[in-house]
Amino acid sequence: MSNVNNLSSGQVTNWFKFSSPSAFYPLAGKMIPWFWTLTIIFGAAGLWVSFFVAPVDAVQGQGYRIIFVHVPVSWMSMFIYVVMAIWAGLGLIFNTRLSAMMAQALAPIGAWMAFLSLWTGAFWGKPMWGAWWVWDARLTSELILLFLYLGFIALQASIDNVRRADKAGAILALVGVVNVPIIYFSVKWWNTLHQGASVSLTKAPAMAQTMLWGMLLMALCLWMYSIAVGLMRVRAIILEREAHTDWVRQLNEVKQ
Amino acid sequence: MNAFIAIVHRDLLLVMRRKSEVLTALFFFVIVTSLFPLGIGADAALLRKIAPGVIWVAALLSTLLGLQRMFAADYADGTLEQLVLSPNAFTALVFGKIVAHWLVCGLPLVLLAPVIGIQFDLDAQSLKVLMAALLLGTPVLSLLGSVGAALTLGVRGGSVLMSLLILPLYIPVLIFGAGAVYASSVGLDITGHFSLLGALLILALAFVPWVSASAVKIAIE
Repeated sequence: MSNVNNLSSGQVTNWFKFSSPSAFYPLAGKMIPWFWTLTIIFGAAGLWVSFFVAPVDAVQGQGYRIIFVHVPVSWMSMFIYVVMAIWAGLGLIFNTRLSAMMAQALAPIGAWMAFLSLWTGAFWGKPMWGAWWVWDARLTSELILLFLYLGFIALQASIDNVRRADKAGAILALVGVVNVPIIYFSVKWWNTLHQGASVSLTKAPAMAQTMLWGMLLMALCLWMYSIAVGLMRVRAIILEREAHTDWVRQLNEVKQ
Repeated sequence: MNAFIAIVHRDLLLVMRRKSEVLTALFFFVIVTSLFPLGIGADAALLRKIAPGVIWVAALLSTLLGLQRMFAADYADGTLEQLVLSPNAFTALVFGKIVAHWLVCGLPLVLLAPVIGIQFDLDAQSLKVLMAALLLGTPVLSLLGSVGAALTLGVRGGSVLMSLLILPLYIPVLIFGAGAVYASSVGLDITGHFSLLGALLILALAFVPWVSASAVKIAIE
């Protein structure tokens, strides 16, 4: 009986071992090159499909090809916010330091994705609609998402006590993630109320199969990119926060 | 329940002893709304059109002015710590502070709104809708704002940071609140707006006091 218990608890500690920064740091270091490799492979394949395989759009010509960057970064910007809130929530519930570090590491990546989404959207909008910006529901909620990211980063940056910064940021991220759908729908209804359908993004014409493939490959590339950069950032945060510990001082990269 | 009433009473008493802070927020509301006609021009049709948005945005901003006060003074002199330690449910005490904030910073806006509305040439029907929408919407502003006030307790540049955190969350209230007045002025159905404002209020009432209480505890520990 006691043997069984030992075995199962041994397995559990095996997994949870990596919730300690000192165990996760080397693991992340080993994973980073793999994710960079995958980023390059998917990126090359995605760009090749989107530039050379995908057909020219009947209405929008070559200009539509920015979709292969624009749509994946928009997906990532929303997805990363949810992941960030999950990490923050885990940190709040289990009081694990690493979870909060993950949330902190993801925030600037998500903010960057939201910014890129707005920027590429403006570049796409100018030739297609003749305007850099329209108050469409999706554009507006993407802008608000960027504000939410900036609020999270600003709150964490301005609280000196690290533990308090983590917890306060976690509460804000959770409040934000509950509010994101509410904000999205309210902006959507506001949009239908205030302006006629000058621009409709929702009626997307049936897409060629290869276009979809290009978008999916680019999305995978950005996934891998976000994970790679997230791990690099989390390693930096670990070094920063654990600088006082012995295991950090023993690291080769710190000794040099 | 007694503790809740005691907190509301105490906060109101504190405000009465230092009236200038509250009056500043109210004057801010009046002045900001009065600046718009001066900047845009006194064309009555245009003013009628922008009135709901201007009044609501001004209400949002003037609510923010009062929020900093919700916990800051009690945090600075240690009262907040004693409240956390008290045997009463801390969530109820925080809710009391939120209610006191609304009575001081939200309710007067509801009462002032018709006067501002007249400046913007709104008709009687729109004024009624404006007041009703503010009555439902301003409690949500106080509730959501309390989260920001609690999160930024004792933080460098807290008040500016708080506006950055809270204003995006105010957007749904702004949209449905101003939307109700706009819809009534063009003769559309307004029940949808009021249902949604009511839904936001119920949702905020159910969850926010609890969230704010945990945020205050994080700031104190």
